[in-house]
Amino acid sequence: MKARPLKDTVHLNTSDFAPNLAQRHRVGRFWLFVFQGSTLVGIVVLSMLLLNILNSTFGYVAVENKIDPDTLAVNGVPLEDLPQEELLRLLQENVSAGLYRGLESQQPFAERSRQDVYNLVLERVVEPHVVKSWSLQDSLFRRAQIAAEVADAYPEADLQFRSWLNAQFMRQPQSAKAQSAGVRTAILGSLWTVGIAIVFAFPIGVGGAIYLEEYAADNAFNRVIRTNINNLAGVPSIIYGMLGLAIFVRALEPLTSGALLGYADSTTANGRTILSAGLTLGLLILPLIIINAQEAIRAVPSSLRQASFGIGATRWQTVWYHVLPYAMPGILTGTILAISRAMGETAPLVVIGASTFINVDPNGPFAKFTTLPTQIYQWTSRPQDVFRNIAAAAIIVLVMLVLSLNATAVILRRRFSRRLDS
Amino acid sequence: MTASTDSSNGNYAIEARNLRVYYGDFLAVKDVSLNIPRQKITALIGPSGCGKSTMLRAFNRMNELIPTVRTTGEILYNAVNIYDPDIDAVEVRRRIGMVFQKPNPFPKSIYENVAWGARINGYKGPMDELVCESLRQAALWDEVKDKLNQSGLSLSGGQQQRLCIARAIAVKPDIILMDEPASALDPIATLRIEELMQDLARQYTLIVVTHNMQQAARVSDYTAFFSLDEEDRSGILIEYGATKKLFTNPEKKITEDYITGRFG
Repeated sequence: MKARPLKDTVHLNTSDFAPNLAQRHRVGRFWLFVFQGSTLVGIVVLSMLLLNILNSTFGYVAVENKIDPDTLAVNGVPLEDLPQEELLRLLQENVSAGLYRGLESQQPFAERSRQDVYNLVLERVVEPHVVKSWSLQDSLFRRAQIAAEVADAYPEADLQFRSWLNAQFMRQPQSAKAQSAGVRTAILGSLWTVGIAIVFAFPIGVGGAIYLEEYAADNAFNRVIRTNINNLAGVPSIIYGMLGLAIFVRALEPLTSGALLGYADSTTANGRTILSAGLTLGLLILPLIIINAQEAIRAVPSSLRQASFGIGATRWQTVWYHVLPYAMPGILTGTILAISRAMGETAPLVVIGASTFINVDPNGPFAKFTTLPTQIYQWTSRPQDVFRNIAAAAIIVLVMLVLSLNATAVILRRRFSRRLDS
Repeated sequence: MTASTDSSNGNYAIEARNLRVYYGDFLAVKDVSLNIPRQKITALIGPSGCGKSTMLRAFNRMNELIPTVRTTGEILYNAVNIYDPDIDAVEVRRRIGMVFQKPNPFPKSIYENVAWGARINGYKGPMDELVCESLRQAALWDEVKDKLNQSGLSLSGGQQQRLCIARAIAVKPDIILMDEPASALDPIATLRIEELMQDLARQYTLIVVTHNMQQAARVSDYTAFFSLDEEDRSGILIEYGATKKLFTNPEKKITEDYITGRFG
């Protein structure tokens, strides 16, 4: 729309100014368009990522059983209603003696629940396995073709709609078979390592930031330190992995394997433990936490410090009672970023030796471990299609985990901000 | 240059002797000697950049919080130079409190704002009474007695400044320094602060920096006029004396020019 010009009067001289208003607005509209476009690109990319993951997480699967469960019915009682003794007998008859002994040594059958034994029979005897899986998109729009294909290529198979992200997936440990694999070990491993990283890096990072901002003189030496902390935040994470390997896994092995503390487990005594991983991630996020805490502390108004000093507070009292509480929301924001970063790191953990296949829960800082990203990385590199489905499901779990940890930090931050306002 | 150069005795709350304050290489306050009488209001006036705020902050070593500042000369408080190396600035600041230009209450409750300073300084008496008494002295009690748990930041600007005064009083200081305490306030709030200053002068020694000459004339007992040295732009004390005399019959031409509004 063309704007109506205001009328000139004899008192106003407009001839000194070029009539460029329309041109200026045009430039403004152009840049607005550019900014909207940038936002749109971001939204589209994120949606595609999400859709891609969802596409692999849900969909039809063709399942074949090695033994039809109906044939395992005893005297007309179907498999799912059989008592524990019958299930044990079935298991003993149908699996090799070696496997049976192996299962017994993992946990004696006498101590196992009926449900546990039933699951073992299902897994080891009936042995359902997914012969082919389809994406969500195909499942929604090419149902008839899929059904025809299954009837043609896999006459024995049963076509089911499957959510790869399900309760069993959350509860089960890693397994060689995609449909019985789960992420429990990986979730616990991730929580342990990130927990140790935060416990290690948060106090040290905030302490360092307090020193640099509140105590350190502004001399050349301290400026070099500040600059280098900024540089450290940009070092590729694999370098931290190598550092962790050299320091925590090798040099500090007696400590990180737990041998020094009397924790003797020959299988983990090589130092490739949760503790090593947590400390390595801690080193990785330390510069992030320091930088963000420094920013937050610098943003504390100097009038607050002066008020505190002005009534006879020491520097420590000023920092502890005023500067830190005021800076805490900002420090926690930085910590949120650090948690997300630590949660998503794969490369350094692979370097320091995260287990790619592990099916026992970590039982402490000296245990072997795997983490969600490591698990996802390992699954995506498998040749079978179905592992891509569980990798997608694990990605959703990872995103959820990061979101919930971030939510905790956001709640903490809110609480601190509210305390300042009220 | 000085009103009196008696050796230190009981008549003066605090005395500056040949005080120099440097910011890096720049000399901001040059050779100021100034005796501040007890339980009076002394105003420091002068044009912008003449070093009067720097001078004020020298009285409780607040300048030290700026890394590049260096101070020479003496400030005698009860015959002790507070710049002696074995004197703790924290102890100085408890006895010589400060109220700032912009109200800066802590982001805490009104009660905590007043109580905190006393608590960290190890106050052993009953805290509720101290808070009540300090707020009464700051003429704020009636307005806040029902909302002591509300944030100090929820108060109006003038109330916040009186809260800051209550906070300074609560640590039972000897001297209160005020750096343009009313310059961020409206005329009515300013008037209340001025009344309060006169009440406080019965118990405390007040040193007040102000840009407002009417304010200095209204409230202060003594006035020190600072100006800039023509040669090196550092702040110097031009004239110091009873306010009435300085405003009606200044000794120096430059003082007269300033207070009559001819420069500055």
